[in-house]
Parts: sequence; C-alpha cells; structure tokens
Amino acid sequence: MTGSPPIVRLGSVGKQFAVAGGSTVALEGIELAIAAGEFVSLIGPSGCGKSTLLRIIGDLIRPSSGTVEVNGKPAVRARRDRDYGMVFQAPVLFDWRTIEQNVQLPLEIMNTTRGDRARRAAEMLDLVELADFRRHYPWQLSGGMQQRAAIARALAFEPKLLLMDEPFGALDEMTRERMNDELLRIWERTGTTIVFVTHSIPEAVFLSSRVVVMSRRPGRITHVIDVDLPRPRTDPTRESERYFELVTAVREALRSERGAEDLGALDAAEITGEPLA
Amino acid sequence: MTAASATLGRRAPTVSAHGLGGMLRGAASFVAVIALLVIAWEAAKWIAGDPWREVLGVPFEPPHVPWLDIKQLNDQNLPHVWEIVGAYFRPATRNSDFTLGAVLIDAAIFTGRSAVLGFAAGAIFGLILAIVFVHSALLERALVPYVIASQTVPIVALAPMIVLWVGRDWGSVVLVSAYLTFFPVTIAAVRGLASPDPRALELMRSYATGWWHVLWKVRFPAALPYLFTAFKISATASVVGAIVGEEPTGIRGGLGRAILQFNEQYISGPEKLWATVFACAVLGITLFLIVRVAETLVLRGRSAPSDL
Amino acid sequence: MSPRLLAQARYYFPAVAVFVLVIGTWEVIVRVLNVERFLLPRPSEIYTSLVENWDVLAVAGRNTLIEAVGGFAIGLVAGLLVAFATASFALARGALMPFAIAANAVPIVAFAPIMNNWFGVTSPVSKMMIVAVLVFFPVMINVVRGLTSAEPAVLELMRSYAATDAEVLRKVRIPAALPYFFTALKVSATLSLIGAIVGEYFGGANEVLGRLIVESAAFLRFSTAWAAIIIAAAIGIGFYLLIIALERVLMPWHASVRAREP
Repeated sequence: MTGSPPIVRLGSVGKQFAVAGGSTVALEGIELAIAAGEFVSLIGPSGCGKSTLLRIIGDLIRPSSGTVEVNGKPAVRARRDRDYGMVFQAPVLFDWRTIEQNVQLPLEIMNTTRGDRARRAAEMLDLVELADFRRHYPWQLSGGMQQRAAIARALAFEPKLLLMDEPFGALDEMTRERMNDELLRIWERTGTTIVFVTHSIPEAVFLSSRVVVMSRRPGRITHVIDVDLPRPRTDPTRESERYFELVTAVREALRSERGAEDLGALDAAEITGEPLA
Repeated sequence: MTAASATLGRRAPTVSAHGLGGMLRGAASFVAVIALLVIAWEAAKWIAGDPWREVLGVPFEPPHVPWLDIKQLNDQNLPHVWEIVGAYFRPATRNSDFTLGAVLIDAAIFTGRSAVLGFAAGAIFGLILAIVFVHSALLERALVPYVIASQTVPIVALAPMIVLWVGRDWGSVVLVSAYLTFFPVTIAAVRGLASPDPRALELMRSYATGWWHVLWKVRFPAALPYLFTAFKISATASVVGAIVGEEPTGIRGGLGRAILQFNEQYISGPEKLWATVFACAVLGITLFLIVRVAETLVLRGRSAPSDL
Repeated sequence: MSPRLLAQARYYFPAVAVFVLVIGTWEVIVRVLNVERFLLPRPSEIYTSLVENWDVLAVAGRNTLIEAVGGFAIGLVAGLLVAFATASFALARGALMPFAIAANAVPIVAFAPIMNNWFGVTSPVSKMMIVAVLVFFPVMINVVRGLTSAEPAVLELMRSYAATDAEVLRKVRIPAALPYFFTALKVSATLSLIGAIVGEYFGGANEVLGRLIVESAAFLRFSTAWAAIIIAAAIGIGFYLLIIALERVLMPWHASVRAREP
C-alpha cells in the first residue's frame, strides 16, 4: 500500500438496537481500517451484525458509539457527496425502467447531463457485458443478469468505495463462481475499494485481499486473515492447495470462538434469539 | 417473478397485525375527523349561511348575519347539526306515534336484512363462479367478459322487471343486492384461488389428492385475504343494492322508501332527509365493520400490517 | 392469417361463442314459448327499438356520459390532490385513511336527493357531484396506498444516493403508485356511469338514460328500456376499455398488463 489514508476507518464502533424489553447489542468495539483499492470481505455467523456494519459504513444506519470515516470525512458527508455505491442481495431494480434507465438512475439524481448519462451507462453495461440488453426490462433478465445490472448501476458514478451485501447469495453455485470472476475483473479494471459481506467461506477467500471474521452477537471482529493468493485469480486458483489452506483457516476462525461442546446450546440460542446463560 | 417485480407487483392483501388495537385507533381517528367535519359544517354556515337566531336554545341578540351568502349553506339546504340530531327524537311525521329515530332504526334493520341476504347470495354465487373459472380456463375466457359487462348494466333499471319475474317484494331487493355483490367477490376469488405457490399445488399432487381437497386445503385458505378485501367492497354494494332496489317497488318499511318519503317533505323538513341519509351511512359502515371484525378474527396472525 | 392473429382469434372465440349462443337461444325461446312480451322482449325487438329510437337514445347517452365524465374528472382531481397531501404526512394518513375507508362504505347514492336539492334536479351538476363523491374515495384510498407502497429496500437505495424527498416522490413513489391508480380508475369508470344513472333515477332532466329507462319501463315499453340499458352498458364498457388501453400505454412493464397477451 502506498501510505495514502485509509478509505474506511472505523473507530470503536458499536450499535445497539431497542427490542421489546430492553436493548440488544449488535456490534461492539469494531476497529477497522481499509486501504484504497483493497477487497475486504466480512464474514460471520447469522445475526453477527455484518450487514449492520456495512450499513453503518454507508450511513444508512447511525452507530450508537464510535466514529466512522469514509474517504477522510464523516460517513454522513461521504453519503451526501456520493462517495460510495451499494449493491444489495436483491437487485432492487425498478420494474418500470429499462436496464439502461436503471443504470442511469444515480446519475439522474446527481444531475449529470443527458449525454454524459447515456455515455456512462453504456460504458458500465459494456463492462458487465449487458450491452445487448439495454432496452430490456428487469423481468426479462435472469437473476445473475439483474445483479450485473445492479453492479453496473452501483459503479455508474465511479464511487471510490463499493459496499456489497451478499450480492450473489440468491444465485446458484455455478453462476456465483462466474459472477465472482466477473467481479474481480471489474475490480481490477476500476480500482474501486470493495467491502463485501458474505456467508460463503470459499467466496470470501477467492475474492478478497483480507477476510474479516466476526463473532456472533454481540458482533466483534475476532480475526483478520490476509489472503496472499496471487492475482489474477481464476479457476486454477480454486484448486490450489494454498486456497484450501486459507478456506480451512477461515472456517476454523469462525468455529474457534465457540467450543465444540457449546455447539448444541448455540444452535438453540440462534433459534430462540435468547442470550446464552 | 423477479425480485424486483415481487417488490412492486402483485401482492396478497394484508391484514392489520394490530387487530383490535389497530381498529380502535382507526375508530378514534374516524371520530376525530367527524368532529372536525361538524366544526367545519357549522363554521361554513357561520361564514356563509343564513342568519343565526339561536344556538341550542340560547338566543343571539342581535342575530348573527354571516358575511357571505352561499345557497347550498343556508338552513334549507344544510340544516344545523343540532337540528338533524334533534330530528331523530321528534315524531317521524306530523301524526306519527314514533320518533324518527325509531322509524329509521326499523327501516335500517329491514333494509339491512335484505342487504345481508343479498350479500350472502352474491358471495356464494361469486365463489362458485370463481371455482368454476379456476378449474376451467375455457369457461373463464368464455364468461369473464360478460361478468365484467354485467357491472356496467345499471341494475336499478332492471328492478321493476325483476319484481315481475320474482313476484315477491323483498326477493327482488335481495336479487338486486346480490347482483351488485357477486362481481367483486368473483374477481377477487379468481385471483385468490389461483394465488397459491405452484409448488404447494405440486405437493398436493404428489399426495394424489383430489381437486376438492386441493380446493379446500390450499386454494381456499390462500384466497381468504383476497376474499375479505372483496367482502368489504361488497358489504357496501349490498347496502346500495338494497336501498336502490327498494325504490321502484316502493316497498314499505325500508330505507329506500324513507328516502323517497322524506325527499318529498324536503321543503318542510330538510333535516329529516339528512337524518335518513345519515342512517343509510351508518348502516353501510356497520356492515363494513362487521366484515372488518370478521376479517381480523379469521385472518388473525397472517401477513403484515396495513391501514384499515 | 398470421399466427398472432390466429392465436388472438382462438383466445376470444369462446366469449364470442357464448354471446351468439345466448342471443340465439333467447330469440328462439321467446318465440317458441311465447313468453309474455313485456317480461322479456325478443332480441330482434330490442334491436328494432334501438334503431327506431336511435336519436333519442343517442342524445340521452350523450347527456348521461357528460354527467359521468364530468363527475369522474372532478372526483379524480380531488382524489389525487388529497391523496398526495395525505401521503406526505403520516399524521394525516393515520387520521384520514380510516375515515376515507369508512366513507367509502357509505351508500353515496343516498345523497342523491340532497344533491338534487342543492344544485337543481334537472341540472347535470347534481349528478356530477354524486359521481365525483363516488369516484373520490376509491381514487384517494388507492393512490395513498400506492404512494406508500415503496419497499424498504428501494427507499434504502435512494437514501444511499442522498436523494431528496422530491426525487424519491418522482422517481419511486409515483411510478410505484401507477398500478394502484389504474385499479382505482377501472373501478371509478364503471362507478361513474352507474352513479350518473342511479342519480338520475332520483330526478333528472328528461333526456338522460336513467329517466329514459325508468319512463319506458313505466309505460311498459320494455324493448326501449332494454335498448337504453344496452346503450348504457356499451358506454360503460367503452369507458373501461379506454382505461385498459391507457394502462397498456403507460404501464407496459407491469405484470398484469403483460399477462393479458394471449
């Protein structure tokens, strides 16, 4: 890294939610710095708060405590300045707009001129290889294609930071692997910083420069694993020994903060949501 | 269905999750708006109606003369609220032994009975029609245009002819009422009966169940939210049908007749017509509320909150 | 014939077949069983009456249509205005929606005599006001529902773009409200014609469909009454089809419009 300031800096971030009968701590003491151009994955068990953390970075949720800086500014300003793009698990495309018009949506809000809008949208659609479907409506596209359109939309205004919340969670394994390849290709082309939330250990290892492992609620960062696999990463990477070692390392990190004997009780707790005694 | 269209496309109607609590809040809002309307009513008369000589027995000396003069707001066309309320407690007609209120309650029950019967008949017919349509695409394509067209025919005009056919007073009213009820029920039932996840139907097929069980155990429960939405519309429609059906036949004892009668007496007592009209409103709202309560009980626990 | 045309013809065939069948059977039964003339005139008689009285029917149809459309327009505009105002303020929504829904349950036609007294029995305005009130509530209720129907995910997306409330309104809420708006329009289209005719029943100018139907029936000229009913039904269907055509133009993307393709 060149020593430029981190794109994302989280200092002692915590978040509590009010629930019936009190409050629950979703996140506790999160410290994280993400450098420009990195690809960082957040992984952890269900309910660990990784989606909440992503939304805090994106200023869609305010933290209860701590500081969030994006691009050297407080998160609120970064959102107003539109420094980042978001991709959710559902593509959230507008039914009433064509793919092209959907990709132009953020540009319209930012008052980009019509000519520039069309140009940028065309570039992005080329990037995600959906140029032939510009005039189609979302319902005419498959799930994977819709997500690609959502990615094109998120990148349309060249954000420094891309926040992705399990974007490929709804896709089948093979499509997901293809989308991972695509995403890496796009990432290399644009140099955007990406924060990626996922449930899938193989996906996290394949894509990231670093994998941040979180504990179950209250969510804390328990491990940060550097992924030193060479780039560009392709199918052979998925079959390499180092890849398997890293996947195992992440899996054990996820398991480590709960002992084997707690497994039974833990499952019950996850079902009822009650804290363990 | 794409995730996107799932967000903005067809969704099953929802029921208030707060059940009784939510309804009480709705009732409170309703009362608040009524109170505001009453204030607005009298305020409008204060500004642009007839001179005020007294309010509830308290005289104004000198009388208050409003600054504007709008014909629709004078005492003949927009009686004071207390006049209308008072009319309920005064005799219905000059030589009547009963108060207007008592007469109207009787009339409302009379009309209400026809409306309920019409609603039941229309709902049953609509359901049967929908069941036929769901199981036979051919019949659906053949008959749906006429079902839609049937609603554009002004049923009231057929009322005299219906009386001749049916030959009995209240029977014809029930028929008119049923005619107005069945359409929303048919349309909603078709949508609802066809709404279950195809996978649920596949599951039933894997159990080798007959169409009747599929209907009863899968389609019908899925259709209930849609049905209740339609029932709320039909409750109103059945009352309209009953009132309007009573007109041409001049059936004694119902609200339709009361409207005609007090319309004739408008010059001498406009507040009686208003009182009758409000009685009709109360009947309509009452039947609506009955359906609404039934909905809360039957659909308890299902789906997400909505407005009333 | 092109395959598309053939497919459409096949799609509509059963409906047309039913029509032909019913008319044919009607004619035959009345002739053969010699059913009392005035109960059920033969289709051929109705047709004759239609042709003979065309001038009167056309004028009456036009006048009633004016009442229906006038009231429809008033109710539509008022409903839209109130809906936009209500959707913007949660407090107003909480107060007004229950009232509107209950008011929608009121048999509005009961107010017809009052409207006649206010605006004059023979004036079309009194009927327009009935229609306007009939149309107002479905429009208001449905448009409010539509404007508030945006999914949280979509609103989150717009927040991530730091979009203003006005932009959310224009780009998200209004397009999302279109399906609900058209539902209201379809209901209102049929209601407006029926409202006008039923309103006329309580009293109206001479050359309107409602009075024509009632007076023909009173004089036992049932074929004329049926002819007038057919005109009314035709106008109503035409109005409804207009709305559907408008829907197809403005919402080609919507599932329900797509599904209609044979």
